[in-house]
Amino acid sequence: MNAIEVYNLTKTFGSFTAVDHISFHVTKGEVFGFLGANGAGKTTAMRMLCGLLEPTSGEGKVAGYEINTESEEIKKHIGYMSQKFSLYNNLTIRENIRFYGGLYDIPKKELKQKTDELLERLGLTTYADKLVESLPLGWKQKLAFSVAIQHNPEIVFLDEPTGGVDPITRRQFWDMIYESAHNGLTVFVTTHYMDEAEYCHRVSIMVDGKIAALGTPNELKKLYETENMDGVFRKLARSAKRNE
Amino acid sequence: MIGISNLHKSYDKGKVKALNAISISIKQGELFGLIGPDGAGKTSLIRIIASLVIPDSGSVKVFEYDAQKEYQKVRNIIGYMPGRFSLYQDLSVEENLTFFANVFKADINRNYHLIKDLYDQLAPFKDRRAGKLSGGMKQKLALCCALVHEPKLLLLDEPTTGVDPVSRNEFWSMLLKLKKRGITIIVSTPYMDEASLCDRVALMQSGQILDMGTPAEICNLSGLVLYAIDSNQSFHLMQTIKEYKNINTCFAFGSSLHINLKDNDIDALLSFLSARGFPGLEYSKINAGIEDVFMEKLNQVV
Repeated sequence: MNAIEVYNLTKTFGSFTAVDHISFHVTKGEVFGFLGANGAGKTTAMRMLCGLLEPTSGEGKVAGYEINTESEEIKKHIGYMSQKFSLYNNLTIRENIRFYGGLYDIPKKELKQKTDELLERLGLTTYADKLVESLPLGWKQKLAFSVAIQHNPEIVFLDEPTGGVDPITRRQFWDMIYESAHNGLTVFVTTHYMDEAEYCHRVSIMVDGKIAALGTPNELKKLYETENMDGVFRKLARSAKRNE
Repeated sequence: MIGISNLHKSYDKGKVKALNAISISIKQGELFGLIGPDGAGKTSLIRIIASLVIPDSGSVKVFEYDAQKEYQKVRNIIGYMPGRFSLYQDLSVEENLTFFANVFKADINRNYHLIKDLYDQLAPFKDRRAGKLSGGMKQKLALCCALVHEPKLLLLDEPTTGVDPVSRNEFWSMLLKLKKRGITIIVSTPYMDEASLCDRVALMQSGQILDMGTPAEICNLSGLVLYAIDSNQSFHLMQTIKEYKNINTCFAFGSSLHINLKDNDIDALLSFLSARGFPGLEYSKINAGIEDVFMEKLNQVV
């Protein structure tokens, strides 16, 4: 079964085509890397997939729901986390977990138990009533990820989740991603770290609103005759005509 | 020369220690990198050098001037590009540049050679409001405005954060050109791979310097013996290696795993892995990179 499948998904703003007839699918349980230079159209594409932006044309399904007609259902069945915005700094750790649980209609009784379980699993029980702003960045990110998937979505969208963290925390974060994917969660992730692209099962690279390449990291490295994903990215992005 | 000696800085009534006994001396014309994650203290350090933040103790000399006592002199000879976009969003590209030139009483035409490469790319949009520029263009304009008075020292706070690898590459080529013109540059970045482009770097974490030197020195002197095993993206392989008794560290690096062993006996590890269902793994002995060293030092601190 596919967690995402889209056909000719397109978004234009006036005369500008931000996303230009993209078609691809993401299988359930896959870690899918969504790469592209700044301005290639990644954010616009991602916003359509999350049900936040109506496509100009094209169609597709996310978590089994139609992008064009069931965007509200999509929102309920996905998780989303970005580096820039995910948690409320002025709420405590417990309040953040309960707030997001409430947003996703987790029943009150269940939520209380789930909150305690999550705090325990993250080793944050003793800090539960501290403000999120007091947490180190690495912990914030682990918490943000856990909060984003506490309603058991079929797919989670991670928008540059590891920016700014130290290299050990970055790898620990990927351990969490792998573990969740191993348990059946589909992970759709954008990143500017090309070594992280290697950790994805498959990656796509957007150039000028189109998907210029899609495959496993090994396939792409072979195809573009380079040793790492950085080389693939550079070869492709250099062909871009759009100057942001 | 930039002389930073024994700087301490804390926030929130001493609860948050941002900088702890930082001493660095940077030569004229050097491209010096402050490498570290968020919260390492990079921004505090840059702001103190720029004379914008007063340290709890310690001092900074920017060439012949003291950053606290002679802050006005210091501000005239530095170009500062903060991490957050801080130009006037409602002024056009051209107006921003003129404004900054006027503030510093600089002659744009006389210094145009410094910004020509950058400004040629901005010229088609010179009447556009700065707030309406794309991220990459904003960054180029900010650098122009920091350069227009021909500073002796350029302070760049995370100029490449959130920027894609190709644009990052372009930005660094620009810095190397400016360095050739004799401008001293201090640049901070969370991207470890950018360390190799600096003359010297300080690896920073939690307000401290973990290591300092040329990138080659840092890697060679680390004494870290590393093996790379082609992981073929196997999560299980990594989990299994972590169960091995003599494992020191095992981290994923792109498509391979970087392994440091307590006894440096790679053959023993391979036979362990073979018995656990991973036969015939390919490995090579590799030189430690900046990121390897950084993680090793972090482990030592923890």
